[in-house]
Order: sequence, then C-alpha cells, then structure tokens
Amino acid sequence: MHDAVVAISKSWGLFYLLALSAGVVIYAYWPSNRAGFDRAKSSILDKDDKPWM
Amino acid sequence: MADLHRKLERSAIRFMLAIIAVASIGGLVEIAPLFTIGSTVEAAPDMRVYTPLEVAGRNIYMREGCYACHSQMIRSLRDEVERYGPYSLAVESKYDHPMLWGSKRTGPDLARIGEKYSDAWQVAHLNNPRDVVPQSIMPAYRWLLRTPLRTDDLGRHLAALRTVGVPYTDEMVANAPIDAYGQSAPDGDKARGVTERYGKATHVRAFDGNPGELTEMDALVAYLQILGGLTDAARKTDQTALGE
Amino acid sequence: MTKLTVTERQIGLIICLVVAAIGLAMAAAGRGEPFGVQGFTVLLLALALSGFIIARWDAPPPDRSLLEHYYDDPTKVGIVLTMFWAVIAMFVGVWVAALLAWPELTFDAAWASFGRLRPVHTSGVIFGFGGNALIATSFHVLQRTSRARLPDQLSPWFVLIGYNLFCIVAASGYLLGITQSKEYAEPEWYADLWLVIVWIVYFLIFVRTLARRKEPHIYVANWYYMAFILVVAILHIVNNLAVPISFGSAKSYSAFSGVQDAMTQWWYGHNAVAFFLTSGFLGMMYYYLPKRAGRPIFSYPLSLISFWGITFMYMWAGSHHLHYTALPQWVQTLGMTFSLVLLVPSWASAGNALATLNGAWHKVRDDATLRFMMVAAVFYGLSTFEGSFMAIRAVNSVSHYTDWTIGHVHGGALGWVAMITFGSIYALVPWMWKRPAIYSPKLVEVHFWLALSGTIVYVFSMWNSGIIQGLMWRTYNENGTLAYSFLDTVEAMHPYYIARTFGGLLFLLGAIVGTYNVLMTIRQARLERGVEAGGEVDLPLGRPAALPGE
Repeated sequence: MHDAVVAISKSWGLFYLLALSAGVVIYAYWPSNRAGFDRAKSSILDKDDKPWM
Repeated sequence: MADLHRKLERSAIRFMLAIIAVASIGGLVEIAPLFTIGSTVEAAPDMRVYTPLEVAGRNIYMREGCYACHSQMIRSLRDEVERYGPYSLAVESKYDHPMLWGSKRTGPDLARIGEKYSDAWQVAHLNNPRDVVPQSIMPAYRWLLRTPLRTDDLGRHLAALRTVGVPYTDEMVANAPIDAYGQSAPDGDKARGVTERYGKATHVRAFDGNPGELTEMDALVAYLQILGGLTDAARKTDQTALGE
Repeated sequence: MTKLTVTERQIGLIICLVVAAIGLAMAAAGRGEPFGVQGFTVLLLALALSGFIIARWDAPPPDRSLLEHYYDDPTKVGIVLTMFWAVIAMFVGVWVAALLAWPELTFDAAWASFGRLRPVHTSGVIFGFGGNALIATSFHVLQRTSRARLPDQLSPWFVLIGYNLFCIVAASGYLLGITQSKEYAEPEWYADLWLVIVWIVYFLIFVRTLARRKEPHIYVANWYYMAFILVVAILHIVNNLAVPISFGSAKSYSAFSGVQDAMTQWWYGHNAVAFFLTSGFLGMMYYYLPKRAGRPIFSYPLSLISFWGITFMYMWAGSHHLHYTALPQWVQTLGMTFSLVLLVPSWASAGNALATLNGAWHKVRDDATLRFMMVAAVFYGLSTFEGSFMAIRAVNSVSHYTDWTIGHVHGGALGWVAMITFGSIYALVPWMWKRPAIYSPKLVEVHFWLALSGTIVYVFSMWNSGIIQGLMWRTYNENGTLAYSFLDTVEAMHPYYIARTFGGLLFLLGAIVGTYNVLMTIRQARLERGVEAGGEVDLPLGRPAALPGE
C-alpha cells in the first residue's frame, strides 16, 4: 500500500508537472488569446472612477 | 485547450476549483504517504508516554516560547552527533502533539538534554542563566519558582492527548493530578503510583529542591530531564552514515 | 457607517451582540485564567462596536445613487490599520532584537520575555500588517478590475473588523502565554475557528463580486488574490486541526504528532510564505505597479505562466525545512527539487515587473513611490534565488538553525512584502482620499531611504552572523574534535545582534514617517472637505478613518 502510494507520487507527479506546464504555456501563447490579453493588460489603466452600470 | 481554459476562467467558481486542485496535489503527495508508511516511525517497544508532570512542563516550554530558540532535532550530520549525541529518530517524537523540532538555534539543541545537568543546575539556570553561564543571552525565568503549578485539569489534558492518539490508560487519566504531585515528592505516599504507572525508570525527585510545594519550575525541569529519555531506540541504531 | 442600509445596521448589531455573548461566555468559563482575559477582550471590543452602531442608528439611510460608486470605506480603514500594525509589530521586532543583545531587558515580567514577544512580532507583521494590507488592497483592486461595486456594505466590514479581532486576540494571547507553539500558526483553536468564518465571508465577497463583473476577463491580480484566499484557507484548516481539552479552556492538542506534524507544519509554514506573503502581494504588484508607472504589464502571458507555476510548485517545497531530519529522504529530495524549479516562475514575475518599468526609468528616479515597488521586485528576485539556494541540502546543512534563515526571511519581509505594500499604499492613499498627491513626497523619499538602508543593514548582519555560526558549529581542530563550544558561537554573534537591532530601528523609523504622511494626507482631505461645507454626497465619507473599531 505504502509503496504504491510512494510510486504514484514519484512517477505520476512528474507527468502531471509536465502536462500542466505544457498546458499553461500553450494557453498563454495561443494566438487567438493574444488580443484578449492585450486588452486585459491595458484596460486597468483606463479611467476607473465608477463601476460600469 | 485554450477554449477550455477560457471557459474555466470566465467562471469564477470553476477557476477556483482549478486553483484548489492544482495547489493540493503537492501537499497530498508529500504528506499522505507519511501517514501510511510503517517505516517513517521506527518500532520502539520501550517507549513510554510523558507523565502528567512532564506534560505540564512541556506546556510551560511551549507557553514561554522556548522552541523559538532551541531545537529538539539532531540532524544526521557528523558535527551535530558529536556535539549533541545520536541523531533524532522519528519515533522519539511519536507522542509529541505538536512536535517541537524547532527551526532556530539561538541556544543549543535540547533533544538529548535530559540528565546532562543536575536538577539544581537547571533550576539555577532557568532562574537566571547568567548566574551559571555568564555569557548566556537566555531570558531569566524567575517567575517559574514562585508560581504554583495548576494540576486540577491535568486529567483533561491526558484525555485530550488520548483522543489524538497517545496511549494513556483510564487509570493514568484518573490519577493525573496525584501523579503530578507524587513525581515531585519522592518520600511521600503518592510516589509509588507514578513508577507503577509510568515505569521504574521514571524520575521521581523534588526537581526544584522543595518537595513540599509543586511549582512550574518542578514541571519544566521534569520535562527537560526526560528529553531524549523516553526510549533508547536512538542509542541502539546504527548511526554511522552521517553527512559532513 | 452612514452608508449602511437599515437592514445592514440591524444585522451588524446582531453580529456584534452574538460576538459579545461569545466573549462573555469565554470570560465566564475562563475566570481567573488567561482564557477569561481573552473573553473580556472579545466582549469589550464587540460592545464598543455595538455602541458605535447604535450611536449612528438614526442616521438617514443611503439612497440608490450610492450604487453608482465603488465602496471604498473598508479599504480606507484597512490602510490606516495596516500602518498601525506596521508600527506596532516592527516596534516589537526591534524590541526582541534588542533582547538578544541585552537579555536583561525583560524586567522580570513573563509577558516581556523573548519567547512571548517574538510571536507578537511575527504575527503582527505577517497577519496584522500584511493581512490588513492584502484585505484593503484586494477590495480596491477587485472592484476596479471587475468594474463592479462590492456586493454589499456589511460583509467587507465583517471581514476587516473580524480579521483584526483575530489579530488582537492572537497577539494579546501570546503575551498571556496562550500559544499552540506552531510557528506562524500560534493562535489557539477558538481564534482559528473564528478566522475560518471570517475567511469564508472574504471568499464569498470575491465570488459574489466576480459574478457581477462587467469586465469579461478576470485580471491576473485577482488570480493571485484568489489563490491567496483559497490556499490559505486549506493550509489554515489542515495545520490547525486540534482537540481542545475543554470548550472552557484555551489549551488544545494538535491532531498530528512527531514527523507527520513536522511535515504538516512546514507544508503550512512554507506555503504561508507562498500564498500569504508571495501570491497576495504579487496580486498587489500586478495592479499597482503598472497603474503607477502608467504602463501595461510587460508580458501578460508570462504573468499567467508564473501564476500556475507558483500555485503548483510551492506546495511541494515545504520539506526543504526538514533536511537531514527524521523525515524520509525521498520527501526531502522532492522538496529540494521543486524548490529549485520554483526559481523559474519566481524570476518570471520579478523580471516581468522590472521589464514593465523598462523605458520609464526616469519615473523610477523621480518617484519614490514607484521606486518602492521597483526595489520590492528586485528583492523578490533576490529572496527567491536565495530561497532556492538554501533549499539545496548541502547549503541547508550550514544555513539551517542559524541567523541566515532570519536574514533570508527579512530580505523577503522587509525588502519585498513591506516595500511593495508601502509603494502600493502611497499610490492608493491619494486616490482614495481624492487628493492630487500624498501630503509630502519628500517624506516618501525619506521613508524609502530609511527602509532600504534598514533592510540592507539587517540582511547583511544576519548573513554574517548566520554563516559564521553555521561554520563555527562544524569546525574541527587538528585533533579531530569540535573547535568551538556552543557558547563561543553565541558570543561571536553579539556585534551582529546589535547591528541587526539598528537596521530594524531604521526600518521602524521609516514606517513611522510613512504613517505620519498617510495620516496627514487624510487630515488635509478632511480639512478641505470642511471648507467645502460637506456638500459632496459621493465622497466616501464614513467616519474619520482613524478608528480601528469602525
């Protein structure tokens, strides 16, 4: 039981890490996301004195 | 992939679940196996539990924040083993709720301080460290000698410890206040019960030098004197493989 | 207060009275014990707050036009509380530093000894100063980036005041000798339970505001704030599992023991650094730094990558606190490996912040507020590098148990956490009180140099003492025996302990100057409003913001 838990920890942890990193990088640099991100990063600089109703 | 993530992020709740999932994995993988492992904690048939007086002393040790400056964890490094004694085993803190391994040595490690110094030295040192060690920067704990120890609730302390897994018997719980008194009054009629319940090797002494009255000093010194002495497991293990 | 609706006033009063009743029950159960004192503290604070609400009971209720504005009163009070806790906690820090150089300063009083004051310093800085800064700024950032007002006006007050009640109960408890002795998780079971309630409400404010957001994208700063709220909840609940000896007593025993407890504790301890002191403050950085510099963040994708990297990898790193101990070696190795990989997302964040400023260096030169944030990003980069380095087993064998750890922590706490907070507050205060600028930009400059020199003196003295002590412990003479007694190494620390006290004192002076500057800005705003004869409805007036009990 214990060895199985440890083995899963040691092996699948690595695949999980790799898959997650790949997924995040693909998402972050996916071409169609680019416009949205550019808008997001500059929209905080807009005037923000009132909530949008 | 991208669409999935966008959906995730558009919905705040699902996004939060993702954070929880991603963040939990590391903790689960590292901690969960420690609870299933047999070899994390070595077997030590001779291991005994803390007496009520020692539990009270341990609580004073925590209350005064001793753990902020003293570790109770000798690492498997050559210089540590030579300075403090055999390196600490997991089993030695099996009954420590919580553990007091510490993270800083402004003062020396205390994992094996028990019986290294006399009771009188410990009392003098706690009362004012600079009386016995002029260069010491430890605070003086003068109030320990003048504060009577509260014993009436020790049974509840032992019962709570039993709930979290320390094998105290009903008899130990019922006799906790009496045993606390008995352990510090070697000539009194209550001393015998202590050795009967906790073993012959238990220290039964007037720790603060005054057998009549039970003070916080009695409790703290009783605790310090048992540190490293609950089991002999560390002295019996092979300790040759050490880091430099 | 005047902006609370009648229903909100009623519910607020009920909550205060319930808390007062709990305080009374605690006081009764713990008669003559420190637990009773805690009960009286709760009772008094709750009654004072009830009185405050009752005194304003008949104020005219707000009209609908209120909803056309952001709700910033809790943020304003939170800012003042942040500065207040900074001064208190850093003062206690200087005091405990002095105790190590001059141990007789305890005056034979139990509450004034190092062991009891030290958690007042650590909790005061982390939870009092850092926590209030996170709550205050998160409400501000959340509303601005969602383009939506907070969902109601009572729950933000509940979170802010409830959280400060937790901090006060915790800090006064340490002085009375109430502690679980788990580092950075010292408060006892009842304070822990209370914090869980506060935290759930905090979480719900986030969810409810995000659900009402008008801006489709959730800005990355909110990601970091959310990770902070969620993961801290998990850590707090798991690590504090305990069995009280009775419901009428402060004392409890941890559910974990020995090696499992050690791993749980440092899983908590390290991730408190990650999700309280890093994630939350990165949220602050990703909003206030671009905003103050007037430039969008250098790379948005990079900020997302570092977010998931930090969220994922920090959780594995805790075991580097337990190298060469009784913890199984594979867990130690895993912790060390992830600590090293962690450098990637950490430096991605620091680099992203600095690259944002590229092309605006003249602003950094002229504006001490922006310079605070820039230096914070540099210290963040340095501390994370140092952290990864110290997680290597061989390095850790020297650094562990020494002042090097203290130096590392303060590089992060002073250089990163405090600097990004001061920078953000200096940016935020004029916005909140509708002033063109802070009261005195010169004093911001003074604060900056006090803070920077204080940090450098502190960190260098601790590096010196830590490395010297670590090496002395393992030095052998020709005969193959240990060269130094432990006491020799204690004596060698003395000059560094004095230098460290001095560095801390400089930093404290900076915080006092900063508090003065903030309060004077508020005073100016109030004077000006007095001149205008109180005409403006939309100015978030509330009470004068200096009352911690509001």
